[in-house]
Amino acid sequence: MKQVNKTDILIAGVGGQGTILTGRVIAALAIDEGLDVKTAETHGMAQRGGSVITHVRIGEKVYSPLIPEGDGDILLSFEKMEALRWLPFLSPLGTVIVNTQELEPLPVLTGQAEYTSGILVEIEQKVKRLIAVDALSIEPVSSNPRMVNTFLLGILAHIMPFEKEKWLTVMEQEIKAKLVAINQQSFEAGWQFARQ
Amino acid sequence: MTGNEAIALGAYEGGVNVGTAYPGTPSTEILENLSRYPGVDCNWSANEKTALEEAIGASIEGARVLAAMKHVGVNVAADPLMTLSYTGVGGGLVLISADDPGMHSSQNEQDNRHYARFAKIPLLEPSDSEEARDYVIAGLAISERFDTPVMLRTTTRISHSRSTLVPGKRKEHQVSGFKKNPAKYVMLPGFARLRHPIVEKRLIALREETEKSPLNRIEPGSSKLGVLCSGVVYQYAREALPDATFLKLGFSHPLPTALVSKLAAMVEEIIVIEELDPFFEEQLLAMQLKVPVRGKDLFGPLGEISTEMIREKVAGKKPKLIETGLEIPGRPPVMCPGCSHRGVFYILKKLKLNVMGDIGCYTLGALKPLEAIDSCICMGASVGTALGMARANRDAARKTVAVIGDSTFLHSGITPLMDAVYNRSPMTLMILDNGITAMTGHQQHPGTGSNLRGEPAAAVNLETLCRSLGVKRVSVVDAFDLEQVKERVKTELEADETSVIIARRPCIFLLTSFDEPLYVDNDLCTGCKVCIGLGCPAISFKDEKAVINKTICTACGLCEQLCRFEAIKFPVGKEGETSE
Repeated sequence: MKQVNKTDILIAGVGGQGTILTGRVIAALAIDEGLDVKTAETHGMAQRGGSVITHVRIGEKVYSPLIPEGDGDILLSFEKMEALRWLPFLSPLGTVIVNTQELEPLPVLTGQAEYTSGILVEIEQKVKRLIAVDALSIEPVSSNPRMVNTFLLGILAHIMPFEKEKWLTVMEQEIKAKLVAINQQSFEAGWQFARQ
Repeated sequence: MTGNEAIALGAYEGGVNVGTAYPGTPSTEILENLSRYPGVDCNWSANEKTALEEAIGASIEGARVLAAMKHVGVNVAADPLMTLSYTGVGGGLVLISADDPGMHSSQNEQDNRHYARFAKIPLLEPSDSEEARDYVIAGLAISERFDTPVMLRTTTRISHSRSTLVPGKRKEHQVSGFKKNPAKYVMLPGFARLRHPIVEKRLIALREETEKSPLNRIEPGSSKLGVLCSGVVYQYAREALPDATFLKLGFSHPLPTALVSKLAAMVEEIIVIEELDPFFEEQLLAMQLKVPVRGKDLFGPLGEISTEMIREKVAGKKPKLIETGLEIPGRPPVMCPGCSHRGVFYILKKLKLNVMGDIGCYTLGALKPLEAIDSCICMGASVGTALGMARANRDAARKTVAVIGDSTFLHSGITPLMDAVYNRSPMTLMILDNGITAMTGHQQHPGTGSNLRGEPAAAVNLETLCRSLGVKRVSVVDAFDLEQVKERVKTELEADETSVIIARRPCIFLLTSFDEPLYVDNDLCTGCKVCIGLGCPAISFKDEKAVINKTICTACGLCEQLCRFEAIKFPVGKEGETSE
């Protein structure tokens, strides 16, 4: 059923972590490379600290902006539990890139539920490849936690077919001028992490 | 670009002179984007009815105009819309209805295609961003050619999805000026009776147009299955059923019946794939086609359709999905740390009141652990429902408050408050004034003193407004002062006349800096969990003690007021100072 020459990327996180911006950077680069791209975003109510997901679909010709369940190639998650939540959208042959940071949802904060344990072991068993990283322990994310998204983007970029220079250029176009440098630095850190 | 950005681009390229809207997910970004283009007069209206009325006036003056709103906003604008169908337009008028199947951010999932049929006006349904741009331009032309308003319906997955398109050039449109024509614009019964046959004739002409419109097309494929669909569902179906024959509708009302018959002659069976109501399916069934027609028996009337649903229901294919046996706690949306609404709801819950809620961020006060809202119907309904309760049972007013935000109050809370005064009702209304339209992404409104472009504007004074309606008991409290809120609410509930309490504090998003975060003195914390009851994301409970997350605490001080053991503290020297 799956269309050929297609990359389906899910970007999961908590409202405010920058899933929309990350999706926009990936989409802009793919467009520059002459590919068809569609994305779908979460706006509105769920942005108030809720679970959010951005779909990015790249290919010769893309129809639906939403990735069908079980079809995803890469799941980029800015938070650990969110990776598990959106796992059914990923193919068993897919790759998970996850920031191991735990952001406790309200039911956990108020003691009504417990933060799920054993998440990474579970994901590792279910998918072909897992890249887990504590982005907050690495500069520049450790001093600027808002850079989690571009750090993970750097890891994603390393396994995508586009050249590094093109990523850096497209970030200049898509990110506010005063934040470009720090985001590029964070991207570079992610790229270097992926190389090791 | 997103569908909403593309609609704004289409309006710009199509020569639109005036844009009107009230914010509402998923429509909000349309006017925000349109306002960034030169030569288009854009501003927020107080509500969708005034937005459409302003659009009508601009059209009558000869301007091209775009009015944008969410699906339930069209209900508010329905009064002018139904008669606008009779008068027709001056310059082209396109009404955007942004529907929300699946209710990502709405109180219902009504199917606004019915409005096009109800008002007897053309309906356009784009299936991606490029079509969204193109259909706005086509809609303006159809509007002028057939002298009719045109409805362009998106859904969340069109408005908030991105796809590629190449921007074109603007075709300037000169505002021609108003030409008096009472028989067309003054809908007295005598004139309206003359307009109705014109509407019916227009509908016949529009149907002929939909038959040959390039917005509708048959995509030949296998003769086994014909699929009829519109909007984003076309994309899902095209992906799931690559071999089927398609009738893709872009200009979907009036239904092009000859095209439908043509599809029926090409295939053994037709499946109508549409979200929500059987809008097309019922019309196809009424045609009594020679081939079987299916649809809602497979897909039902609820929520969104997806590629995987179509694969399963039509193609019979269900992939094996990754399953996990682990429990995953939900992550519901929550009020932000430092939200000005939190303390008010905490008090209302403590006082065990019935709380008639309204539409906005504060609707989140209905969720755990605050669980302080008992009803939420539509914009402005808090005031009317609380008044109705008091009319049914005067004692109900002693234990009931209506709660509404500043933007929602100006949208449609003023008229029911007038009813309350007029009815001599003892009801109590709380206006939670955070100085912005928060939930939709912080839009200005007539009370903020700033317009859509960020320029200074006149600001409605809520206290003066309420007093001028005849409310004698108008008071203002600090939404962060729990004791003050509690005492004021108790006092006003006892009063035997209509009262308004304005609980004021700016939305946390409007502030750029905060005082230093509070901290918990572990020696004093007894683990009583009272502070946890605030539902603040900055407070958690670890090893039998409360913990404050320093990175997100904004020092609102609510938890400090609640702690009976003085375990929660401001940093030394900062006591009681909260940021304004």
